[in-house]
Amino acid sequence: MKQISLKINDQELRAKPGMTILDVAREAGIEIPTLCFHEELSRVGACRLCVVEVVGGKKLFPACTTPVTDGMEVLTHSERINARRKALLELYLSDHPADCLACEKCGNCRLQDYAYAYGVRTSPEDGERSQRQLDESNPFFIRDMEKCILCGQCVRMCGEIVGAHAIDFTHRGFQAQVAAAYEMPLQESSCVFCGNCVAVCPVGALIPRSRVGQGRTWEFKTVTTTCTYCGVGCVLNLHVKGDRLVDVSPGNGPANRGKLCVKGRFGLDFIHHPERLTKPLIKKDGRFVESTWDEALDFTARRLSEIKHAHGSDALGVFASAKCTNEENYLLQKFARAVLGTNNVDHCARLCHASTVVGLAKAFGSGAMTNSIPEVTLADTILVTGSNTTEAHPVIGYLIKQAVAQGKKLIVIDPRRIELAELADVHLQLLPGTNVALLNGLAHVIIAEGLADEEYIASRTEGFDKLKEALAKYTPEYVQKLTSVPADLIRKAARLYGKADRGAIYYSMGITQHSQGTDNVLAVANLAMLTGNVGREGTGVNPLRGQNNVQGACDMGALPNVFPGYQSVTKPDLRAKFTEAWGIDLPEKPGLTITEMIPASLSGDIKALYICAENPMVSDPDINHVRKALENLEFLVVQDIFLTETAQLADVVLPGTTFAEKDGTFTSTERRVQRVRKAISPRGESRPDWQIICELARRMGCKMEYQDPSAIMDEISSLTPSYGGIDYVRIDKEGLCWPCPTKTHPGTPCLHAQGFTRGLGKFTPVEAIGPAELPDDEYPLILSTGRNLYHFHTGSMSRRSEGLDWRIPEGYVEINPATAKDLAIKNGDMVRVTSRRGEIEIKARVTSVVPEGIIFIPFHFAESAANILTNPALDPVAKIPEFKACAARIEKLESLEEVG
Amino acid sequence: MSCSVCLCDIELSDEDKSTLDDILAQYPCQESSLIPVLQETQGQLGYLPRPAMEYVAKALKVPFARVYGVASFYSQFHLQPRGKHIIRVCQGTACHVRGAKEILKAFEDELGVAAGNTTEDLEYTLEVVACIGACGLAPTVMIDDETYGRLTPRDVRKLLRQTKKAAKAQ
Repeated sequence: MKQISLKINDQELRAKPGMTILDVAREAGIEIPTLCFHEELSRVGACRLCVVEVVGGKKLFPACTTPVTDGMEVLTHSERINARRKALLELYLSDHPADCLACEKCGNCRLQDYAYAYGVRTSPEDGERSQRQLDESNPFFIRDMEKCILCGQCVRMCGEIVGAHAIDFTHRGFQAQVAAAYEMPLQESSCVFCGNCVAVCPVGALIPRSRVGQGRTWEFKTVTTTCTYCGVGCVLNLHVKGDRLVDVSPGNGPANRGKLCVKGRFGLDFIHHPERLTKPLIKKDGRFVESTWDEALDFTARRLSEIKHAHGSDALGVFASAKCTNEENYLLQKFARAVLGTNNVDHCARLCHASTVVGLAKAFGSGAMTNSIPEVTLADTILVTGSNTTEAHPVIGYLIKQAVAQGKKLIVIDPRRIELAELADVHLQLLPGTNVALLNGLAHVIIAEGLADEEYIASRTEGFDKLKEALAKYTPEYVQKLTSVPADLIRKAARLYGKADRGAIYYSMGITQHSQGTDNVLAVANLAMLTGNVGREGTGVNPLRGQNNVQGACDMGALPNVFPGYQSVTKPDLRAKFTEAWGIDLPEKPGLTITEMIPASLSGDIKALYICAENPMVSDPDINHVRKALENLEFLVVQDIFLTETAQLADVVLPGTTFAEKDGTFTSTERRVQRVRKAISPRGESRPDWQIICELARRMGCKMEYQDPSAIMDEISSLTPSYGGIDYVRIDKEGLCWPCPTKTHPGTPCLHAQGFTRGLGKFTPVEAIGPAELPDDEYPLILSTGRNLYHFHTGSMSRRSEGLDWRIPEGYVEINPATAKDLAIKNGDMVRVTSRRGEIEIKARVTSVVPEGIIFIPFHFAESAANILTNPALDPVAKIPEFKACAARIEKLESLEEVG
Repeated sequence: MSCSVCLCDIELSDEDKSTLDDILAQYPCQESSLIPVLQETQGQLGYLPRPAMEYVAKALKVPFARVYGVASFYSQFHLQPRGKHIIRVCQGTACHVRGAKEILKAFEDELGVAAGNTTEDLEYTLEVVACIGACGLAPTVMIDDETYGRLTPRDVRKLLRQTKKAAKAQ
């Protein structure tokens, strides 16, 4: 490409064609003021502050939109320009309150900075000023439209990046303002309260409420860390004053690049919630009594030792945690194996992606997302199946929406008409639990129409002939009968995906949480290999992991059959390696999964559980059964930050800390190992979980001593080949994607590029079976469960966030208008939902998001817990329960007035 | 309308829906269809009711906030119901010099609404305009498509009585 030579302020510079004056100046470190410019947003040239002089040109040019040309000579700070900028700033200030003394933005305001830089001392006294009401209608941020300078960054952020399109310019001239349609409150618009508008606002028009009155920007300490909510792995900045979190802002991580969702941005106030556990609790005569750490730890160590000696190691079990750090999960599984002497260690990945780990390991040799998050927008066709991405992984949702806006194709497979379905080129609205049939149908069409990548199949895979044979019967017409998806749509979707140069699949619990979950995953893998869509940028099979560190907890061996790095406990050489490193003999027999430890607790085979930061009393299927099982234990110790529904059943409760109070690492869904940094000290007497585990181990006669989490990571990397090159120094600035085997390895964003981890990719034919429980006369509806944008998992954090709770204070059941009409149920009515496991009372939300005959309940709400109803039927291989489909019925509750 | 989207959640009468469907059928599903679609919608419905704008937004896949932004930007679009008759009182330079303010006041007093508003019975909408290009007749007003010139406040009352009478006769 031809280079362009130009001069800026006598500095000789080179540039690529297409660059603007501003691009070149920024690259050279020459500062040009801007108010409306943002790297990621379209360039509108609206604020005019970036005007520069081009020698030989009569008028001034906006640097942000003027492309450079060969031989151009630019002046950025001539007298003429400075005078123009000063005049512009005076104009801005003529309709801007001179409120700097009390303004929250003071010290971090671009208008203030530029006024200082260009010597604008006062704003004119005369002239009309906009009079606008302060908008305090939501608990997340305040909108002070008198301070708005109409730069439009918020409008573009909302539309171009987040894809919410909640706000725009309304009216014109002096009346122009940024608002939602009809100036309605944002909660009535399509706003998702992600706060990314707040993050780009250059002035004090958008202010987070949490920081109002808390102090000046320069008084805050800023700590960069990784979000504790979902698995996307957004980097964020915690702003702290006086050991209190006062504000959160997006960081520049590879996955989020300056964006967050509502939970990361505004949902972290649970950290300071008064219900935080601050002292250990011991249950005495059925009531919790506060105790000292020594008493609680001694008691716990003694009880665990007693039960171990009386009933053997396998009478004990550990629930590790996808919320805790890698270091803590490593210690938890080490504690189970080396201290307790059992492989009974598992965590909630069993409930979300166990089938992924098993299925993808079988097909590819590695059970994780094949590609990295920034690659979303590189795909030509994106297939989203069983993932409500915009609610469960919002920041990845933004990227998918951006791809669609760029003209990329989108296929959505989901029983519900989720937000992405509205944007999709094809929406395949299948019956819950018929995924294998549908995916096989797509594969059938791809083969029948000659869209399979034969070269790829021949050179990189095995088992194709058997697959082809098995797929023969899955014609679109046959599949239509099984799934209720029209045959024509199946063909259309198959062609879109089959013809794409880069086809990427994103899936989540709609695939995995079935009694046929592993088969679903294998069917997805088949489809991707069939079209050569594994091993290249912008393609892949991408399971979106739910929890912040569910990937890491799996990687760390918090699973009953593997040591860290998926090294099998049954392989003598690997066991020998860990035996030598830990200095103790290790059990050989694979342990029980979470979904097996619960029934084993009821049957009495398991006598004691150590549950660390998990809440099976809300998260596991058939909660009534879980309660009976936990109550049957001889000893239950729960370590958590709140007295969760599970902790209430414990004999001992140990107060751990949140992510903001400790150091460590999380591994995000894209396999990126990122730093977690301590921003505030532990609340009360709570302790970082890793210290508690070490203390327990010491009291049980096993030396587990580390100076800090960094030292634990050093031990992890010495024993885990895929983490071999990872240490705190290397990931200080930016995290690395595993496999990263050596200290010089750059990490691996895209897996299987040079061949699959297992060698050849393996096709496995799978047959459609369908859900374990089908609707019948008694239970005529299909119940599916899932998430809501404003809450997370069992709600123990998000429901203690003031803003998130304001937005969605209670559970609800989605029901189609036609189904509702048949049952005389109106929007907002209280209803009873019943399944073979139990019943709940919950508010009805009548909406066409769900089709007729299907109801949907988010599982975050303990008082109307979806999991009282769900079916604990397990996938035979992965032991994951069928959360996504069970039979249920629904009836209207008589209201009090009607009865009275 | 080539966009396939579900419009079932919008509260709009079947009659208005079919009117909008007929209009939308004439235009491709793209943002540039927005202004002509809004113009025709207003032509048919008299103004732009909120559900109609939501319907157009969804059908054309243009964000509702953008549709509102466009509709509120142009003075040709009306977000409130309008009267059967539109009275435009010129406030241009020539009319101003010849007493347009008194003319406007006479209309406001007679109709009981301020400029920019519509009478409760939805008969009249009173507007001010900058110039209607009939300066020789100043001060002027337009009632629907008829122009009246060289008016006095007394003429205004007469004019309104005449129009009301004519409307009754119809």
